[in-house]
Order: sequence, then structure tokens, then C-alpha cells
Amino acid sequence: MASVKMPQLGESITEGTIAKWLKQPGDTVKKYEGLVEVITDKVNAEVPAPLAGVLKEIKVKEGTTVTVGTEIAVIEESVPAGQTPSPAVPTRRREDEGTRPLARASQVPSPASGEGQGGGAAEASTRLSPAVRALIEEHRITDADLARIQGSGIGGRISKKDVEEFVARRGQPVTANGEQAHETPTLTLPQRGKEELVPLSPMRKSIANNMLKSKQTIPHAWTVAEVDMSNVVRFRQQARDGFRQREGVDLTFVPIIVKAVVEGLKAVPVLNASWSENGVVMHKDINVGVAVSVDDGLIVPVVHQADRLSIAGLAKAIDDLARRARGNKLTIPDVQGATFTVNNPGTFGTILSYSIIAPPQAGILAMDAIVKRPVVTDGDAIAIRSMMNLCLSFDHRILDGVSAARFLQGVRHWLEGFSEQVPLY
Amino acid sequence: MATRTVIEAIREAMDEEMARDPSVFLIGEDVGQRGGVFLASDGLFKKYGEYRVIDSPLAESLIVGVAIGAAVNGMRPIVEIQFADFIAPAFNQIVEEAARFCYRSAGDFNLPIVIRTPYGGGVHGALYHSQSIEATYGHIPGLKVVAPSNPADAKGLLKAAIRDPDPVLYLEHKRSYRLIRGEVPGNDGVVPIGKAEVKREGTHLSLIAYGLMLHYCLEVAEKLATEGVSAEVLDLRTIKPMDEAAVIATTKKTGKVLVVHEDNRFAGIAAEVMAVIMENAFDSLDAPVMRLTGPDVPAMPFNHVLEEAFLPNPERILAKAKELAAY
Repeated sequence: MASVKMPQLGESITEGTIAKWLKQPGDTVKKYEGLVEVITDKVNAEVPAPLAGVLKEIKVKEGTTVTVGTEIAVIEESVPAGQTPSPAVPTRRREDEGTRPLARASQVPSPASGEGQGGGAAEASTRLSPAVRALIEEHRITDADLARIQGSGIGGRISKKDVEEFVARRGQPVTANGEQAHETPTLTLPQRGKEELVPLSPMRKSIANNMLKSKQTIPHAWTVAEVDMSNVVRFRQQARDGFRQREGVDLTFVPIIVKAVVEGLKAVPVLNASWSENGVVMHKDINVGVAVSVDDGLIVPVVHQADRLSIAGLAKAIDDLARRARGNKLTIPDVQGATFTVNNPGTFGTILSYSIIAPPQAGILAMDAIVKRPVVTDGDAIAIRSMMNLCLSFDHRILDGVSAARFLQGVRHWLEGFSEQVPLY
Repeated sequence: MATRTVIEAIREAMDEEMARDPSVFLIGEDVGQRGGVFLASDGLFKKYGEYRVIDSPLAESLIVGVAIGAAVNGMRPIVEIQFADFIAPAFNQIVEEAARFCYRSAGDFNLPIVIRTPYGGGVHGALYHSQSIEATYGHIPGLKVVAPSNPADAKGLLKAAIRDPDPVLYLEHKRSYRLIRGEVPGNDGVVPIGKAEVKREGTHLSLIAYGLMLHYCLEVAEKLATEGVSAEVLDLRTIKPMDEAAVIATTKKTGKVLVVHEDNRFAGIAAEVMAVIMENAFDSLDAPVMRLTGPDVPAMPFNHVLEEAFLPNPERILAKAKELAAY
């Protein structure tokens, strides 16, 4: 039974007069359905039923004035089979819970016993303990998933165990760090004597993580240009001794290629960029990473602002970085901030290389081996030329094949047009 | 490994330490010729003589005062207070003097005193022979308080207490004296002060206790296991300094904790354990931390029915643990 009271229908209103009962004893009322018309000195209002049920008794007759809070009627709540009754007087339950906080736990009971239950089944099942909340977070359990978990605790509360079982059923083991099983395949221990497990060095791990991330997030596209390096080879040979005397370092192909790449990037700046969900970030500096192999892997020190250096300047910078990389003397800034990478597998005789982009760069260029090959020249003659493949991997989210090809073409033209006119210093 | 009762383990520890270190001596009421009311020092008077096993007057304040003076002069006294209920007259000496001596002298003096005393009820000891005092003394900075539950810990912790440079209140549950038997290592076997021990591994809930209640908790864990509930049981062993790391670890493991002690409830050891959990392991909790303790009534009643009603017992611990498991 729930009592219906004279509501306060406005500020400073202390009493109201029953104008007309819209329902009679025995009538079924829906929640919020008009129950009675009340007149006050400020407003006339229809008072809705506070809950669904049957009007049992009218306590105040029409035309009578009573103070706010006076009981005017009694409604018997309707209780559909198997459902928790909607509480008539919530405040009573609260008081009860406050003084006997653990009472509900010891009573156990069917959810229908109402009083002292602190809200019954519905509330208990949605009240989540810190441990349960932590598990939900850890296993990225959605609200929809949560709704599917059957709580086994008192009043249907979802316990830690319930979530763990749900997660187990879902096929993801509960691990301390929340990693999912498929991300960390179990290692089969090597058979004694036949295999050897080499522990991962920090560099190996870091390379592994970066490469995996790159291949999983960047849609790589790959394209190759064939470059006639004959001019470069000839003029480099001519300039080599003088260069060494003057600069103190060898004139290798790498700074020449890097110079060509810088020119290519200036012509196609979209390759000197990074992908972000908000847009393509165009880099104003051209910082070229140059891959250097070292004992336990590979490191890519960076020639910062390579666009401001001459070939001699690049040669010295690259020589310095490579020397320090092999001597373990690189500093953090030396390996950060690359906007494009040049890789030189050609040293080892490769002719086609498919490099993986170092995020967040847009591309990586591999210079393969320079090999002498018979080539059909402009005048349909067959000549022996020094040929090299330049292989470009690029992030297809940022640019398309046309831009990539234009970049390679620029690099190729620059290299093929190499002459003593090109300033080295 | 030899099997001993708790009282035998205590006697053995005192005997071995007195033999090892001539500065160790025992003082208390009836500890000499009589061998102590519980016979904890039985035989030691004969073995070590009246200067090392001293029968004192019935004056607890004097006993502790003498021990403080002796300790300042390089001795390592073991004080026996006949019943924990009788320790109150020595409160001033223990709290105002012994506990603060090191602090007051800026570390110049330590007071290596052990105060042994039987506590707890369940032996029809009524008002003056049943009290638990761990919360009162655990509150005092400068005092260490230990409460072993079994013979091995009783011996090992007493040795640790005797060798400790600071005052240690060593609490012996008198009902456990001859009730609890267990293996005691033959070697020196010192048990470090400040280390709790997981007495039983479990995954669903944790029972934290010490002294006699620890054995009730183990009994309950056994019963729970037959009902598919895996209970971990943690023996605090040292009340102060409390092994907070162990409390936090078991909470993180199970997410549900019930703390049990015989001492009364208000500001008891359970309250401290619960506070440690709330401060450090809130995110691991899967249920409110619960406690089952003696009631806040002035003393253990004499009437047997009322005494039973006062004491937590395996049945009530089991009921509470089930409530926790079901939460």
C-alpha cells in the first residue's frame, strides 16, 4: 500500500482543496495518470498517480481543504508476477539501510522482500565494486556485454568472479596486465641442444615493435625507379681524392643520394609529411634519417635540416653520425625527428628492397647496388651503364602513386644530370 | 622437528635465550619457585637460580620499572605480567617510560625489554582473567606488539623479542597454551617481528586473524573448501608494526576480506587492517571489508552462556565468511 499525499503545488503554498476525484475506489490507475484535481490559491492542477495500481481508498472528500503532506488517498501497487514491487516510500528503506548496513547481506532472500534490501535486485546488480570496475576497464567490457553478465552475488550483484568467468568465456584470458592472448603468442621452449633461445636486446625489441606497428597501421605501397648512375660514378671518381684531402672524409654515394632525395622532397613536399587522423602534417624541415647497421641491429641517426647542407656538409654529417652510431655515442636528438629515411642495402649487393616505413614518416627510399648493365640508350645503341634501382615504400594514406612516381623521377633526373657543374661544397 | 605445545615453546625459548645470553633474566609474580601460574618458567629457577629468575612483589608498576632500570644498565629483562588484565598498574611505566625511552634520549638508549603476558578468554576466567589488550598497546608508538598463534611462532617470536633492542609486548593467548600443538624447529628458528604469514592459500576471500582466532579461521577455511569456497588465511603474527604489504597482497588477490579478533570492536585491530586496505587496495575490493569481533561490552562475562556469546567461534566466523562469499 502506498499513500498519496497532498502535493506542494508551488512555492509558499501550504494547503490545497480537492476539486474533483478523477478515479474512484476500485479503479485501476497507471503511473502518472491523472488522479485528482486540486485547487490552490495560486494554481489549479491535476495530480498524477505516483505509481501504478488500484485506488483503494479516498481519504479526503471533494471540496475539502487540507495542508500539504496530508494523506489524501491510498493506492495498492500492482505487482506483476515475479517482479520487484516499485517502492512506495523510498525514504523508509534508506533509513533502514543506514542503521543496519549489513542487514541485507544476512537476510539474503528473494528480491521481493523489499524493505531493508537497499534497493532490491535492480539496484544491487548495477552497483559495481571497485574490483569489478577495474576488470571492466581492463577487458574493455561494454555496457551491452555487462548487461549479459548474470550476477551471482546477493541481490544479483555482479561479482569479480562473474566478470572473470565472462571474460574466460569470451576467450580472453584474464592476465595481470590486460594483454590479450593473441598478442603474445606462447613460445615453444627449444628442444635441448637443437635450438638456442637468444634473449631480445632492447634494440631488437624496439625494432620489432616499430616494424610491427608500421606494417599493421600503415598501408604500404611500393615502387621502383631505375637510375643511370654513370655520371655520378664518373664524377665521384674524379672528385674523390680532392674531396678527401679537403674534407677529411670519403665521398661516398650516400650523401649524393641524400642530396638528390632532398631535391626530390622539395619538389614533392607531400612525401615529407606525417599522417594524423586530423590531417596530413607537412614538415617544414627536411630531416633525413640514414640507416646504419650496428652490431645488434640497425639504427637510424638523423641529418637534421639536410636541405641546408651541401654534399660535403651531408658527407661530413653522415660520416660523423655513422661513426658515433658504431661507437655507441649517439645522443637522443641524433635519432629523433626524421621526416624521411634513406636506406642503403645496395652495399650488400641487393638489387630490389622493400623497406618498411619508420612511423610517422611518409616514406623510405632504398638505394640498391650499382651494377654495370647493357642498356639501350637514346640513339638505340647498346651501352654499358652503371645502373641502380631506387625503391620507394610510401604511406598510401598520405599520397598516391603519381606523387611517389614524381618524386622518384625528380631524384632520378637529378642523379642522371650529375656533372662537375654540381657544387660539392 | 619436535612437537610442542605453545607453553612448552615459550619455556624453551626463554631457556635457550638465558643459556645463550647471561644478560637475559626473568622477573614476575610467581615465576621463580612456582614456575609461573601457567608453568611457563617451570624448571628455570632451578636451572638459573634466584638472581636470574626473580619472584617479584605483587606490583606490576614495580616489575616493569625494575626491568627498565636493568635494561638501561645493559640487561635484557623478560617481564611476566601474570594476566594481561593486571597490566594496567604498569601502564605508566610501559607507555610513559619504556615506549618513549629511545625517542626521549634521541636514540642514545634502547630498552630491550620483553613483557610477556597471557591474554584472551574462553577459559572461564571471567572479568579479571580474560581481557585482550592488543589494541590499547598497539596504539602506542615505540612499542612493538606480537601475538603468535602456534608453537613455532611462539618460540621464534619470543627469541626475536628478546634480541630486539626495543620494548616488545609479547601476547600469549592463554587458551592456546596447551590446546595448540605443533612442530618447532630444532635450530635457532627466530621468527622476524613485523612479518605476517599466509597459513593457507586461497582465491575467493581472505580471513585475517592472529592468536587463537587464527585457528578458528583455518577450521572455517577447511569447511568453506568443502562448499567450493577457497579461503586464504593470513596470520598477522605481529600486531605492530603491522605487515601492511601482506594485508594488501591478500586483498589484491581475493578482493574480499574478513578480519577476525576476540578483542572488542571499536578502534580494534580489525579497524586498522580495514583502514590499510581502504587506503591501499580499494580498487581491488569486490565487497565491503568485514569484521567479526568481540562486542563492545566492558569485560568477558563469567556466565558460560554469555562468555560463549562474547567470543567469536568457528560457527559464527563461517556464517560471516559465507555472507562475504555470497556478496
